[in-house]
Amino acid sequence: MAPTIGTPTSRVDGHAKVTGEARYAAEFDAPGLAYGSIVGSTIAKGRIARIDASEALRVQGVIDVLTHLNRPHMAEGGGADEDPYRDDVAPEGSPFRPLYDDRIVFSGQPVALVLAETWEAARYAASQVRVDYDEEPHVTDLHRRRDDAVALRERTKVRGDADTAFAAAEVRHAGEYFIAMEHHNPMELFASTVIWDGDGKLTVYDKTQGVQNVQCYLCGVFEMKPEDVRVVSPFVGGAFGSGLRPQYSVALAVMAARALQRSVRLVLTRRQMYTLGYRPGTIERVALGAKADGTLEAVTHEAIGMTSQFEDFARNDTTWSGTLYRSATAKYDHKLARLDVSTPCDMRAPGAATGVYALECAMDELAVALKLDPLELRYRNYSDRDQNEDMPFTSKKLRECYRQGAEAFGWSKRDPQPRAMRDGSELVGWGMATGVWEALQMKTAVRILLTANGHAEVACATSDIGTGTYTIMAQVAADMLGLPLDSISVKLGDSTLPHSPVEGGSWTAASVSNAIASTAKAIRTELLQLAQKMPQSPLAGATPDDVALVDGRIVSKQDAARAVPIADAMRHAAVDRIEQETSADFDEDDGYARNTHSAIFAEVKVDEQLGVIRVTRVVSAVAAGRILNTKTAKSQIMGSVVGGIGMALHEETLIDHDLGRIMNADIAEYHVPVNADVHEIEVIFVDEPDDIVNPLGIKGVGEIGIVGVAAAIANAIYHATGKRVRDLPITLDKLQG
Amino acid sequence: MIDFEYARASDVADAVRRIASDPTAKFIAGGTNLIDLMKGNVERPSRLIDISRLPLKTVEKTAAGGVVIGALVPNSDLSYHPLIEQQYPLLASAIRAGASQQLRNMASTGGNLLQRTRCYYFYDTATPCNKREPGSGCSAIKGLNRMHAILGTSDACIATHPSDMCVGLAALEAKVHVMGPGGERTIVFEDFHRLPGETPHLDTNLHPDEIVTTIELPARGFATNYTYLKIRDRLSYAFALVSVAAALELDGGTITEARLALGGVAHKPWRDPAAEAALRGQAGDQTSFARAADLLLRDAKRFAHNAFKIDLARRAIVRALTQAAQGTPQSQSDKKIR
Amino acid sequence: MVSRIPVTLVVNGIETQLEVTPWTTLLDALRDHLHLTGTKKGCDHGQCGACTVLIDGRRVNSCLTLTVMKDGAEVTTIEGLATDGALHPLQQAFIDHDAFQCGYCTPGQICSAAGLLAEGKARTEDEIRELMSGNICRCGAYPNIVAAIHQAMGAMGSAS
Repeated sequence: MAPTIGTPTSRVDGHAKVTGEARYAAEFDAPGLAYGSIVGSTIAKGRIARIDASEALRVQGVIDVLTHLNRPHMAEGGGADEDPYRDDVAPEGSPFRPLYDDRIVFSGQPVALVLAETWEAARYAASQVRVDYDEEPHVTDLHRRRDDAVALRERTKVRGDADTAFAAAEVRHAGEYFIAMEHHNPMELFASTVIWDGDGKLTVYDKTQGVQNVQCYLCGVFEMKPEDVRVVSPFVGGAFGSGLRPQYSVALAVMAARALQRSVRLVLTRRQMYTLGYRPGTIERVALGAKADGTLEAVTHEAIGMTSQFEDFARNDTTWSGTLYRSATAKYDHKLARLDVSTPCDMRAPGAATGVYALECAMDELAVALKLDPLELRYRNYSDRDQNEDMPFTSKKLRECYRQGAEAFGWSKRDPQPRAMRDGSELVGWGMATGVWEALQMKTAVRILLTANGHAEVACATSDIGTGTYTIMAQVAADMLGLPLDSISVKLGDSTLPHSPVEGGSWTAASVSNAIASTAKAIRTELLQLAQKMPQSPLAGATPDDVALVDGRIVSKQDAARAVPIADAMRHAAVDRIEQETSADFDEDDGYARNTHSAIFAEVKVDEQLGVIRVTRVVSAVAAGRILNTKTAKSQIMGSVVGGIGMALHEETLIDHDLGRIMNADIAEYHVPVNADVHEIEVIFVDEPDDIVNPLGIKGVGEIGIVGVAAAIANAIYHATGKRVRDLPITLDKLQG
Repeated sequence: MIDFEYARASDVADAVRRIASDPTAKFIAGGTNLIDLMKGNVERPSRLIDISRLPLKTVEKTAAGGVVIGALVPNSDLSYHPLIEQQYPLLASAIRAGASQQLRNMASTGGNLLQRTRCYYFYDTATPCNKREPGSGCSAIKGLNRMHAILGTSDACIATHPSDMCVGLAALEAKVHVMGPGGERTIVFEDFHRLPGETPHLDTNLHPDEIVTTIELPARGFATNYTYLKIRDRLSYAFALVSVAAALELDGGTITEARLALGGVAHKPWRDPAAEAALRGQAGDQTSFARAADLLLRDAKRFAHNAFKIDLARRAIVRALTQAAQGTPQSQSDKKIR
Repeated sequence: MVSRIPVTLVVNGIETQLEVTPWTTLLDALRDHLHLTGTKKGCDHGQCGACTVLIDGRRVNSCLTLTVMKDGAEVTTIEGLATDGALHPLQQAFIDHDAFQCGYCTPGQICSAAGLLAEGKARTEDEIRELMSGNICRCGAYPNIVAAIHQAMGAMGSAS
């Protein structure tokens, strides 16, 4: 039986997804289900003066209208160290508490929850709730608050004197870049179906990237015992980070179920999805100083991001140059502008997608100033050590990414002159950029149950948000247990399963796979003990490391003839099931930097007269350690490239700052790429063996694919048109003039 | 959306009778815009009169050599109808530039004429909007107006008409046949949609108790020299920033007849007789195209975020006229602009 | 009392009686009344295509369709595409080409593609892309979706 790791294996949940059998959070049913609909505030800041729900309560089928005045008991919270509203991944601050009091802190904030016998009655009644406000002045414009932004605690060492080195540099580039506020817009609406199991026990089907995070949050907010709350999420219709933190919708659904003592379903509308977290609009200033030969001497990277008034959300935007390039000096600075908006949250490659966009556009501008090929500039400053921490990498095959990506793209045929390449009425531009992300791993537990009939169940409370977790778990278990793929069943997305952190940061594949390996080893050890109890056991004297599980047998690695069928060993011992649970714990304090890298090459065609931009070709070469499944991993990178196209050309959440309100809160006017926007995308995985990063050499591919894509496209647009647009998204009007 | 009654009209006369007896009733055919607006409480009819089964689903040749289109012909069927593809490829192309195939399968020809603006503020009941709540004010004038009108605006409203099909119909000088309690009447396309003026809540000159029965196209189809060029923020399934329907008749290199209609720039499909007249008798070259564009845009007015539309429209007009003159109409699937 | 209107639909080949309010969309009727949750709600406003089903063989957005207006119609959802347990060629092609990740837009994509094949208007990749642009895939599987539709076209003999 050939190993499945590293092969293009089709998704094990594919059949369920193409037949409609896969059930998502809003698709679980219960007798007597009540439906909720949220009333959102129309102002951005102030207090609720009056709520009149009398009209809503008269609507046929309405059961109740919950507000801060009549809601059931919730924990107090409010910024204490042990704030029960703080979840596993909460930023510093005091989380939003839905229907807690009369305070309005962002437009669209829930102010009432209508509960009715049908969803339509709830929706209509919600439109009949009258709310009066005492409005206070608000500020929602990042640019208006940039000078009042507060500094984050220092994240990284400053190297040398970057200001002096920049001033003295032979060639300099400094530029300010802007990345618009973006919303994740997963296709599935946030939804929770809370099943009232009686006696206050709840089963909560929720759209989330962390069932145990939600369970813990709900226990804190409603002062419930963990055994009384089970959170289940077998399928998640996309999340991209939006499901990392528990949303107010799950709190409201549970609140309603407890108030009514019956089962409740609450589904957000697409408009309401825009009141959740988002990628913060960010201003980035990058200054690069170099010698005439391109050697970097100074890097300054400053970011100002938006956040709410109640939590300080920030991710690392500024230090990525130190991971990629050699520079004797560097200075990083990150500030937050507190606005009357909801708190941002992680969105695919948080910090890197924005910060590396600015860095890699700045590198392109420096290359222009140096009259140097942009790829050559990267080669000349290539760093084999992490400059920030002065550490080696567990592995860094970025040079191979550049080489293979450039070759596949045909980069050597590029005319360096802007506006020099055309295709009839279109200007053709070729741009490139580098991507980088962290190779993270988190303590995760896995349970394996092996039955004598040769079937194994692998269980972990992690999630599959479309990333392919089901499939790679089955693959790793199949290979480690020596069983065929279809003899493995996978359980995930259930808070009663062995511990898992939220699924994020690209850490899931490495964390879960290594946990499966360690649990499989425990299974192997137990099987060996059973086999050695057999009379004249051919495996007598062998240690667990001397044997492997292959094709349903326990086999000596030295002598394949010495083997015992698993079924025989179990039958002889009268054991029909073996169950083991172990955790993979990662000791990362070993003096190594852990990163994934990529090189992205993009071709754009821009109509010379009208500015219409088409991304006709993208090559993404990725070095991310061992690739468990080349089919699903390729899809991840391809999808990230599509996300990068959206970031570069389309995506922008628009706030009317007078109203303090998001105005394009739908997916007709918030543009994401459609099929016609996407053409050829080639994904290359560069071979990157790594026995340091973790035992299986896995680094994860969830984030790396989007980092640098927008920069490669922006750089290609410059190359096509000769016009440098630093503000995303690059809509055609920005090319005018 | 709740609390409305539903009735099915048995014939056109019945439909008119029903709507005349209930001023808060609305017709529904495809529903693609009305249901959308009802879900957001932007439209709140007390009664929906289902006209989707009325026998207004044929496309037929007229004695005058034109075509008469039933108001309930789905947009997709219309765009693929042999009579339309052959004689009025401009209309076929304009239809395919709009919405998605699913929506085109649902949307009716008559309903397409009546679709309402995509202005953000019109859709959000928490904000002032004169079109939605007359007298409440226009949020767009001082707000987010990148998508808004540059021609024919008023102090009360700067919304645009969102249809692509209507831009094609305007260029082809369609006529709209309607039926009301007083009988039939015909509205020339030019007069069908209104400018906002002081009454932006009125999109059209159709009376509330009238029903669109057919749309008639005159014989002249411009099947050789035409194009529909739509510029938008992504390459499909988005409303126009600017769109241009251009149709020419040429004698050698000289323009003998010209039609030019713009979408995405005004409260109605925008035509300008002066611009078209300026093309007639001229050589089909860049100079005459540019002059026509300048004429058409002479009174264009910019707002904070949509100034780019003026230059974009100018360039799009010239490009569309070039495509039409060359007989190389814009493909709606190959996104390269030729 | 809210008036309920009797409606007969042929859903995936089975004649089905329903009593619905005038405002019940076909999407909500399928999901909440008939428990056919394969058809997805992604926006509820005709902006994403996740709710795409076939009515009398044509692809439409079920979120903008009132159930009462479709009395007597034949409705095909993702649950009705496979026959006797054998996947529809499009379903198999979507698996083969990994034409989805989270799977939420997938039923709508597949129903839309089935409509596209029936229409017979898409021949080139550009035409497939354009005529599939009413189905948003936020995971970004578009190139794989186009490849899957190509494969199914071949398998069903409708390629030209």
